Amino acid sequence: MSLLEIENLSVTFQTGDGPVNAVNGVSLGIDKGETLAIVGESGSGKSQTAFAAMGLLAQNGKATGQVRYDGRNLLELPQKALNKIRSQEIAMIFQDPMTSLNPYMRISDQMAEVLMLHKGMSKRDAVSEAAKMLDAVRIPDAKARVTMYPHEFSGGMRQRIMIAMALLCKPRLLIADEPTTALDVTVQAQIMQLLGEIRYEFGTAIILITHDLGIVAGFCDRTLVMYGGQIMEEGATRDVFAAPSHPYTLGLLKAVPRLDRDDSELATIAGEPPDMSKLPKGCPFSQRCEFVLDKCPSVRPALETFGDDRRRACHVPVPEVTP
Amino acid sequence: MTQTILSAKDLAVTFDVRPQGAWPWTKALKLHAVGGVSFDLAAGECLGVVGESGSGKSTLARAIVGTVPISGGEVLFEGKDLAAMDPTARRVHRKDVQMIFQDPLAALNPRMPVGDIIAEPLVTHYPNTPRKEVKQRVAELMDRVGLLPNLINRYPHEFSGGQCQRIGIARALILRPKLLICDEPVSALDVSVQAQVVNLLAELRRDMGLSMIFIAHDLSVVKHISDRIVVMYLGQLMETAGARKLCTVPEHPYTQALISSVPIPDPVLEAARHRPILEGELPSPLRPPSGCVFRTRCPKAQPSCAEKRPEVQNLGDGHLVACPFHAPAEVLAPV
Repeated sequence: MSLLEIENLSVTFQTGDGPVNAVNGVSLGIDKGETLAIVGESGSGKSQTAFAAMGLLAQNGKATGQVRYDGRNLLELPQKALNKIRSQEIAMIFQDPMTSLNPYMRISDQMAEVLMLHKGMSKRDAVSEAAKMLDAVRIPDAKARVTMYPHEFSGGMRQRIMIAMALLCKPRLLIADEPTTALDVTVQAQIMQLLGEIRYEFGTAIILITHDLGIVAGFCDRTLVMYGGQIMEEGATRDVFAAPSHPYTLGLLKAVPRLDRDDSELATIAGEPPDMSKLPKGCPFSQRCEFVLDKCPSVRPALETFGDDRRRACHVPVPEVTP
Repeated sequence: MTQTILSAKDLAVTFDVRPQGAWPWTKALKLHAVGGVSFDLAAGECLGVVGESGSGKSTLARAIVGTVPISGGEVLFEGKDLAAMDPTARRVHRKDVQMIFQDPLAALNPRMPVGDIIAEPLVTHYPNTPRKEVKQRVAELMDRVGLLPNLINRYPHEFSGGQCQRIGIARALILRPKLLICDEPVSALDVSVQAQVVNLLAELRRDMGLSMIFIAHDLSVVKHISDRIVVMYLGQLMETAGARKLCTVPEHPYTQALISSVPIPDPVLEAARHRPILEGELPSPLRPPSGCVFRTRCPKAQPSCAEKRPEVQNLGDGHLVACPFHAPAEVLAPV
């Protein structure tokens, strides 16, 4: 059975320019200990899907649908019960570790707070547990550094602290929202290695939200591609990369320059990402798609299962996209 | 041998940094943002500069354009020393060297319509140009970079990131510069738009015979567009070689580590890759390690590395390495 199951999730924001549909009918599931990548460009709704599932939407946002965890719908849960799940069962790490840590509090206080509140530990125990966790995320000299302030750490170290904090209550699911986007490649490699080790040691399931196809290739079991707030395709990472079944995935994979290849020219996807307040009635990618059919802009393709446990939402038959 | 358009000799840029809360009479610390970098750029060539944040690559660009003072060495543009130029000569130099920036929206004046933004360099340097000609040149360039001419009266906020970068490119090209410096031009853009801008730059370079310095932290993009790549670390040059050679058989331990950290979008290849991951992070440029600046993270470091800065060795064919223990390694090949 799935650990977390999202069904027909939609997110609408009320803005000054009218309602904006950031997520439109997204369904997905993640099993215990699995790694799932949600890939998409800015504005594809990948982060908002996670925020909605965790009840972290901005004031003007409203989520409909179902987010089932342990048989309960997280969207209807009262704040108190939700807080319990958010701390002990599902944890989240964010893109910018500096803005996610409180600059006025020592690391020890920030981390101990979590344990005192949720596990009823004494301050002393909590701090020593925090130091242990910092050690687990390979912060050198953790015992001495636990009393330092966030600004005394570098970007990579701060991200490690965020990860340590998220792991304090041993969550079963970790949602990582662009965890390495703000970091250099060498530090990115360190953090991804750390996340891999954590997954192995604690058996944590991880949802990795990213735009970097390279990280996905090296880290995730399954890949889900989003565009315009909708799922374009989903499948085992190996299958999706080897034989993309959706024109958008195909275009994305061709547009990335690769270090191991010498392409004379990069393939491009014409046009610009869609305006989320003026999405076409049909497929959101239809305006930029090279395989576009007459019905694409008006009829929204259903997400259909095919092949080896894969899903896709496209009117164009698979053999035409994947020769 | 083609003509050299730009050459840097032992170029250094130093900033004075006062620690917060220091007494007024305390001596400022010296931050060596760029410490003795030399390279030549041939006419029509594209030189890529890569390095992690804090490696001094942007400062290098600014020193060449002339927006930060050079504190050591020299930059020769077409044989003329930049530091020795008087203000009039500087002005001429600026026409030949143009720059595009990382954040495309922040680089454009939000209160100016796009047509005026693109025309501004032309109107500034050639105030006597008839308005009709200015308008025609702007229209030509907008067409060239893929912007519809009817957008001429719009303001920057009405454009997407990719379009703003195109406006930035048009503005840089209106003076028909000889050298275009691109400082992280695509890192703020989405993948699908990034490919469009990279292709546009490659095309413009070919058609207009531009020389280019392309700075980015994404080695895959730099390799794609450049003929030659300079690898920098903490303000110093680690290795220079032809783009293909540098990425397939790098010699310097840092280049090797950098390449092995770059993820490749291929699950089969990623699983088979041997990845020695670099420990630690960039040291503070205020207190750089003695001798070789990379030695604190280097897997090959020896006690002798701490004693003096390694000399740059020429391996022939323009391949320079600043490491006495260099050895070729095929880091991309699966094991």
